[in-house]
Amino acid sequence: MSDFETVAATEDQAARRGVSGEPATPDRIGAPQRARSLAGDAWRDLRRNPIFWVSLALVVLAAAMAAVPSLFTANDPRDCLLSRQHAAPSGGAIFGYDFQGCDVYARAVYGTRASLLVGALAALATGVIALIVGMLAGYFGGWVDAVLSRVIDIVLGIPLLLAAIVLLKRLSTSSDNVRLFAVIFVLAVLGWTTAARVIRSSVITAKEQDYVSAARMLGARNGRIMWRHILPNALAPAIVVLTIALGSFIAAEATLSFLGIGLKAPTISWGQDIDTGRIHMREAATPLIVPSAFLALTVLAFIMLGDAIRDAFDPKLR
Amino acid sequence: MTQSAVRPTPASPTPPGGHLLEVRDLHVEFRTTEGVARVINGVTYHLDAGETLAVLGESGSGKSVTAQAIMGILDTPPAHVRSGQILYQGRDLLTHSEEQRRQVRGKEIAMIFQDALSALNPVFPVGWQIGETLRQREGMSRADARRRAVELMDLVKIPAAAKRLGDYPHQFSGGMRQRVMIAMALALDPKVLIADEPTTALDVTVQAQIMDLLADLRRDLNMAMILITHDLGVVAGVADRIAVMYAGRIVEHADVRSLYRAPAHPYTKGLLESIPRLDVRGQALSTIKGLPPNLMRIPSGCPFHPRCPYVQQVCVDVVPHDLVLGDGRTSACHFAQEVRDDSAR
Repeated sequence: MSDFETVAATEDQAARRGVSGEPATPDRIGAPQRARSLAGDAWRDLRRNPIFWVSLALVVLAAAMAAVPSLFTANDPRDCLLSRQHAAPSGGAIFGYDFQGCDVYARAVYGTRASLLVGALAALATGVIALIVGMLAGYFGGWVDAVLSRVIDIVLGIPLLLAAIVLLKRLSTSSDNVRLFAVIFVLAVLGWTTAARVIRSSVITAKEQDYVSAARMLGARNGRIMWRHILPNALAPAIVVLTIALGSFIAAEATLSFLGIGLKAPTISWGQDIDTGRIHMREAATPLIVPSAFLALTVLAFIMLGDAIRDAFDPKLR
Repeated sequence: MTQSAVRPTPASPTPPGGHLLEVRDLHVEFRTTEGVARVINGVTYHLDAGETLAVLGESGSGKSVTAQAIMGILDTPPAHVRSGQILYQGRDLLTHSEEQRRQVRGKEIAMIFQDALSALNPVFPVGWQIGETLRQREGMSRADARRRAVELMDLVKIPAAAKRLGDYPHQFSGGMRQRVMIAMALALDPKVLIADEPTTALDVTVQAQIMDLLADLRRDLNMAMILITHDLGVVAGVADRIAVMYAGRIVEHADVRSLYRAPAHPYTKGLLESIPRLDVRGQALSTIKGLPPNLMRIPSGCPFHPRCPYVQQVCVDVVPHDLVLGDGRTSACHFAQEVRDDSAR
C-alpha cells in the first residue's frame, strides 16, 4: 500500500469516527466507540460473506452429525437384513438399502464421526508440528533453517499413500481405536510439510518488519518476540492452510479406508461404504453416491471456510 | 585504508566522566553473495548528556546502520561489525553479552523508527504495546501499565489518550502513530534517544509538530538525542552539533551555527546549496552531480572525489584525514580550509 493510500484510508476512518484532520481536539471526538480489533474487522467482513455462512452451516451440520448422529436418523446403521438388499426407500431410510441391507442414509450419518475426528485431530497435530518447525526455521534462519527445510523436503518427497499403506499394513489386527489413531498419526506425520513451509515463509516476512526491530530495541527476549509479535502476524495463512488441510485429511482417510487399510468395520466410515458401493454400482447407485456426496460436501465446506477466513483475516488486505 | 584509530573530537571538550555515548572508529560491512559492502568505514562520534547530535547523510551513507549497531539490532548475517568500539558510560557495548545488551536496550538507549506504521504491531492495541515493555521489563501489573501508558500518551500529546488506548495502529493518522512510537520508546526513561528519520514518512506540517515534540521531550526529560536525517531543514532548529556522513564516514563534524554559516567540506557545501530557497527566483536549483558510490567499490582516495568540484590529483591518491579547523570543527577534506573560506564569502 502506498503512503498516499494509507493516508486516505486513515482519513476515511477518521471521518467515520467523527474526527476530522489532525491533531484532533478532544471535544471533537464523539462518544467513546468500541475499538475494532483485527478479529473484529475480520468478523465484520465474514458476516457479509454468503460463502462463509454456507460453508459454516455445512461444517456445523457435519459436526452435529458427528456428535449426535441419532438426531438425524432413527435407524441403526448396523441393523442390516440381507432380505432388504438394495431395497427401495422406506420409513426413515430415505436413500434405501445397500448390498448388506443396511440403511444407506443412516450409515452416511454415522460415518461422519470417524471422518471428522480423523480430519480435525490430524489437522491439529499437523498444526502443532508445522508451527514448531516453521517458527524455528523462519525465526532463527541459518543452519537451523537449512536442516529443517531439508527435513521438510525429505518428508515432502515421501508419497503419502505409499507410506500410509506401508505403515498401516502392520496394524491389520489392531483394535478400532488403535486404527483410528494410527490413521491420524500417519496423516499428521506425512502431512505437516505444506503448513510448515507456509508458516516459515510468513514468519520470515513478519521477522523483517519494523515492529520486530522495535520490540528488540525495547529489550524483548527471543521467546517473547516469537510468541507475541511474530506468531499472531504469521497465524492467518496457517489457519487457512490447516482448514483446507482438514478437508483433504478427511478425503485421505476415505481413500485409505477405501483401499482397506484405513478404518475397518465395525467402525463406520465413508471410505468403506464408497468401496462396497463401488462393487455393486451396477445394481444400485445410491449406496455409492450418498457417502460420496457426504464426503464431497464436507471437504468442500472446509475448503470454502478456509478461503473465506483467509480473505477476512489477511491483514495485507486491510 | 584504515585511518588513525582515535580522532580528535570537535566542538566540545571531553567531560571529566567521559562522554555519555561514544562511537570509536566503527567499521561495519555487509557480507552478501555479490561481495562485501563496506557500509561503515571508521565512524567516530560522541554524545554528551542533554545534547542533540544530528547525523546527516543521504540514503546508504551508513547513518542508520551506525544507529542499529549502537542498539545491537543489526541483522547478522549479513551485517558484521569488523572493528571499533561503542562506549556507553565508558563500557564497550560490543564486548557485552547478548543479555547485557538487552538490559541496555530501551532502558538506557531507545530508538524510534522512520515508518511508525510498520514499527507498530498491527494485531495489538497501542495501549497494550506501550504497556508491554513496562510489564515485561519493570514487572508492572496490567492496571499500572495501562495507567502509565495513558501518561505516556499524554506526554506525547495524543488527544483523549485514555479513550484511544484500545485503538489499533491502523486507526491512527501518520503523525499520531509516530507519537505512539515515541511513547513506546520513552516508556523506560532512556537516557539516549535515537530518532532514525522520525519525520521522513510524514507531511511537512506534521513534521514540524513532531520535531517540536522531540525537542521539548529531550529538554523536559533531560535526554541526549541522536537525530538521524537527510533533511537539512529539519536539523537547523533542533540540533547542537552535526555530523555529516558520506560513504560510511563522517566527512564533516561541527556545531550547527558554524556549519550552516561556512561548511568546510565540499559535500556539505553542495548539500546546503541544493536547498530550495524562497528568496531566489528563476534560477536552476544547484545539485551535486553524480551518484553516491557503490559501497562494494568505494573510490580510491577521498570517496567524494568523483563528484567534487574541488578535486585534485591528491584526492584520487590519498585518503584525507580529519583536518581540525580553528574553531574545533573537523573536515575530512584536503582543502577544508579553502572550502570554508570559499563558503564564508
